[in-house]
Amino acid sequence: MSILINKDTKVITQGITGKTAQFHTEKCLEYANGRNCFVAGVNPKKAGEKIFDIPIFASVKEAKEATGATVSVIYVPPAGAADAIWEAVEADLDLVICITEGIPVRDMLIVRNKMKHKVAAGGKETLLLGPNCPGIITPDELKIGIMPGHIHKKGRIGVVSRSGTLTYEAVAQLTELGLGQSSAVGIGGDPINGLKHLDVMKMFNDDPDTDAVIMIGEIGGTDEVDAAMWCKEHFKKPVVGFIAGVTAPPGKRMGHAGAIISTGAETAEAKLEIMEACGFKVTRNPSEMGKLMKSLL
Amino acid sequence: MKIHEYQAKEVLRKFGIRTPKGGPAFSVEEALEVAKSLGGPVWVVKAQIHAGGRGKGGGVKLARSLDEVRQHASAILGMRLVTHQTGPEGQIVKRLLIEEGADIKHEYYVSILTDRATQKVAVLASSEGGMEIEEVAAKTPEKILKAFIDPIVGFPDEEAERLARGIGIPDASVPAAVDTLKKLYTCYMETDATLAEINPLILEGDGGIKALDAKFNFDDNALFRHPEIVAYRDLDEEDPDEVEASKYGLSYIALDGNIGCLVNGAGLAMATMDTIKLFGGEPANFLDVGGGATTEKVTAAFKIMLRNPKVKGILVNIFGGIMRCDTIANGVVAAAREVQLNVPLVVRMKGTNEDIGKKILAESGLPIISAETMAEAAQKIVAAVSAIH
Repeated sequence: MSILINKDTKVITQGITGKTAQFHTEKCLEYANGRNCFVAGVNPKKAGEKIFDIPIFASVKEAKEATGATVSVIYVPPAGAADAIWEAVEADLDLVICITEGIPVRDMLIVRNKMKHKVAAGGKETLLLGPNCPGIITPDELKIGIMPGHIHKKGRIGVVSRSGTLTYEAVAQLTELGLGQSSAVGIGGDPINGLKHLDVMKMFNDDPDTDAVIMIGEIGGTDEVDAAMWCKEHFKKPVVGFIAGVTAPPGKRMGHAGAIISTGAETAEAKLEIMEACGFKVTRNPSEMGKLMKSLL
Repeated sequence: MKIHEYQAKEVLRKFGIRTPKGGPAFSVEEALEVAKSLGGPVWVVKAQIHAGGRGKGGGVKLARSLDEVRQHASAILGMRLVTHQTGPEGQIVKRLLIEEGADIKHEYYVSILTDRATQKVAVLASSEGGMEIEEVAAKTPEKILKAFIDPIVGFPDEEAERLARGIGIPDASVPAAVDTLKKLYTCYMETDATLAEINPLILEGDGGIKALDAKFNFDDNALFRHPEIVAYRDLDEEDPDEVEASKYGLSYIALDGNIGCLVNGAGLAMATMDTIKLFGGEPANFLDVGGGATTEKVTAAFKIMLRNPKVKGILVNIFGGIMRCDTIANGVVAAAREVQLNVPLVVRMKGTNEDIGKKILAESGLPIISAETMAEAAQKIVAAVSAIH
């Protein structure tokens, strides 16, 4: 087992014909190693053609109907990415992974609220991972996204983070110590996103094949705090925590007015303290995440 | 992206929100022309810089004659205005806003921003206008009213009215306040703002509602569809190094320390800065080279870091995923040669083609110190920099 995806997952790639999408699709295909996971691509102008032997469809709906795929990954450029997310949601997929970086905040705000309205009206819920994220990998089974596959190792540690390269850092440390990963999830660095730390922690809690989790966060927002508070009551496994940005200057990324309606717990130090109080083993040295995890097992 | 107050008021007027009459001036003569065209008898001469707190710093003056307009304009133009938001070095004033006086009966506060926790648009209103909202939030948080707007539903009249009455707007002026709030919401959405703030929003003697000061931040990701906003950009208000960095797709923020860092990925860049601090050093900058770092990009990054005279050493930390370590190594070697690097350089590389990358660095003949982990790299650069002193 693992969370969100496994070797049997069938994936649609939206925007498959773009340069970035082609590059990463090829790497993902190599990682899938012959398993038939990437079953369809979408590009309305190139429907009927093939790329890497993957058939291209005009829409997500057609791709889903023809292949039975339940997950999509989006590499569509920023201006059209939110529409691509909505197309996947309207097609009732289980999970949409949006890699695209630089989507306007308003577009994300509108698509997230449309998604909530759909569920409130009794429609099927589609989970969103990202945007601006590296994707998700279940080692030795399936990699959907832009992370380097070779640093991963199959195992029983979950990793969740907003940042791409910091996730790779944690994964590489674990692998070097012989600790494999169940799933490594990048939730993305944008202010308005889909799955939060909390959602992913709940999944790791329920996953019988995850023994412990490294949870990595950043300054800004309250996602890490929300997750830590929930974990204090419910999480049954050891957690190693790290927050990046102790030295980040205030005001550079967060508007002053933004700090008013939140809880004022947006600095790295404040988050680390709350995570520690909630039972996480936190470190202020990001080179020690792997070692700290090993010491807990 | 930020804009000036006079530009913010142009945006508000475009959306039908009332503001005092006025216009920008880049010289004392222009200031007088604007003042004459407004008529008087009272004018306000306001320094235009992007930072707040201008009044307290002496950047806002009342004039009761054209002579006083001239005096104030001469004094403010070119002054180094220091406010709590500019830092001690202040900001040189190059633009003025000349406005008619206002008949202020009461000052309120309103702002709109996107709330990441609820994923709604938050409208904030307070009876305590003209003050720093942070101060109100700290001392009397109950005086800040909030409405969370679902962008699919829009801003209902009842919600706008609840806020208007809640902050004490008199009955007769409630319709005008509701109208202003709703127009501000439309403006916020249509311009892709991330902050729209009117402080103060005033009640005039005759019951009218007017925006006396205004501030906007716009979403950089959405500027591609707002050429009219991009036209407002004032590079004099931005850090020249940050502007230069953005031309190369680099994300750079200058800090106060003496160890430059070049990292791929924002999270790893912050973590690298934190590690430097953890081992007793101080980072000189945040620099994320992003995904596809070419030799050109790395060279530009080195040049920008080294423009900072405080930099006494550089730490490069790359996790090669998609970006291969050998590419980065070639870039680092070329950059170090081109800039004739004369401060210690520690490089930590991990990931794809790490061995080839390390070989390139070792065989370059350059005095590059290599490290295996982020912690080791930080310790080595801190030691190298303190050895110089």
